[in-house]
Amino acid sequence: MPVNLRIVQGLQEAAEILAGDRAAQMLGGGTLLVRAINEGAMTEGTLLRTVDPVLLAINAGGARVELGAGVTMAMVLASRDLSYLHAPARGIGGPAVRTTATIGGNLFAATPYGDFTTALLALDAVVTLHAGFGGARAMPLEEMLANRARGGVGLVASVGFNRPAGADAFRFLKVARVRPKGISVLSIAVHLPQNAGRISGVRIAYGAMGPTPLRAKAVERVLEGRSLDAATIAAAKTAALEGTQPATDAIASEWYRREVLPVHLGRLLAGETS
Amino acid sequence: MARMPVQFRLNGTDRAVFVEPVETLLGTIRRGLGDFAPKFGCGQGTCGACTVLVDGEPRLGCLTLSVTCEGRSIETASGLADGPTLHPLQAAFMEHFAAQCGFCTPGMLMAAKALLDRNPDPTRVEVVEAIAGNICRCTGYEPIINAILAAAQQRGARRA
Repeated sequence: MPVNLRIVQGLQEAAEILAGDRAAQMLGGGTLLVRAINEGAMTEGTLLRTVDPVLLAINAGGARVELGAGVTMAMVLASRDLSYLHAPARGIGGPAVRTTATIGGNLFAATPYGDFTTALLALDAVVTLHAGFGGARAMPLEEMLANRARGGVGLVASVGFNRPAGADAFRFLKVARVRPKGISVLSIAVHLPQNAGRISGVRIAYGAMGPTPLRAKAVERVLEGRSLDAATIAAAKTAALEGTQPATDAIASEWYRREVLPVHLGRLLAGETS
Repeated sequence: MARMPVQFRLNGTDRAVFVEPVETLLGTIRRGLGDFAPKFGCGQGTCGACTVLVDGEPRLGCLTLSVTCEGRSIETASGLADGPTLHPLQAAFMEHFAAQCGFCTPGMLMAAKALLDRNPDPTRVEVVEAIAGNICRCTGYEPIINAILAAAQQRGARRA
């Protein structure tokens, strides 16, 4: 059976179809699934498309930010309220990819893709899922990514997180061999709130350093409660590789990723990258 | 599965076609409507040879399903010239030797048009960013960048 397309009106209907058909997948912008069809990697199954306007909603003016899963990288870049997310959004493909690539799709992008998800992970994002029964429920992004690895997540309707504490509190770095558009060697997102000169509530996430974007919890433990000085950064670099499982692919070897991660983390923490 | 009807404007002309459910816009434009300007390169969203404008935004024809373009306005490089008069970008590409084999040129032109329509006076960095998703294996990019900057200058002079 060839690949089928079903167009449905609402999220709930789409979620019910997803729950009942394991071969069904939500179609976002198409940068992953249509590519898979073109490559012959997807030869059967069902693509679900919904035009529910909830998926395109951006509520970014207040302390709590909520972004629909269908919001594109170009829409993020067009929002002044989301300026702290412009670096990760700009890191996704070229302009013609960013007009179609969605936040929801990025959550399912296989490594070494998924740089925007890395940023969301550092913001402690929570996803709203529709599982096909019982309405919507919230789930931490970290948990969703763990479920993703096992399969069967449900329909992601939106992503929510608290706005970063200040202009310098959120930092993102994508390391690529080709500029301005290249696939990640790795990416790092850092949320560094500070209280009276001490780091408080730090979150650090890596992209392309494991099967999915992952939290750098050892580094977070090192940084928490300390001031951001040279000694702290040196300690963070020492802990940088704990919990990582980078792969060797066409972009970089596992060895190379391990070698350069502490260097780039140190530079990002020191504010030495643009 | 049954073919699906789709209507959109292609270079200013209303078109109605029946498409396969997962048919790409590139396939519809080329095979269904006979506009061979956008090219199939990689099919992965990497090379940009299939770049078209959908409601003024650059999109990759190879990754865009035709059914998602219902009611939209599509522009390809075929619609740039006004009869025998080339679009300023086309003239600049010719003048600055910005095409060699020409395979990337329709995509480059549309990526550049999307930029200049939004930002008539771009910097060199902005031009580089605008064509970052378009690969050229012939020119080394410099003539293309120069051509786009020259076209922007010419359009600016015309407005002044």
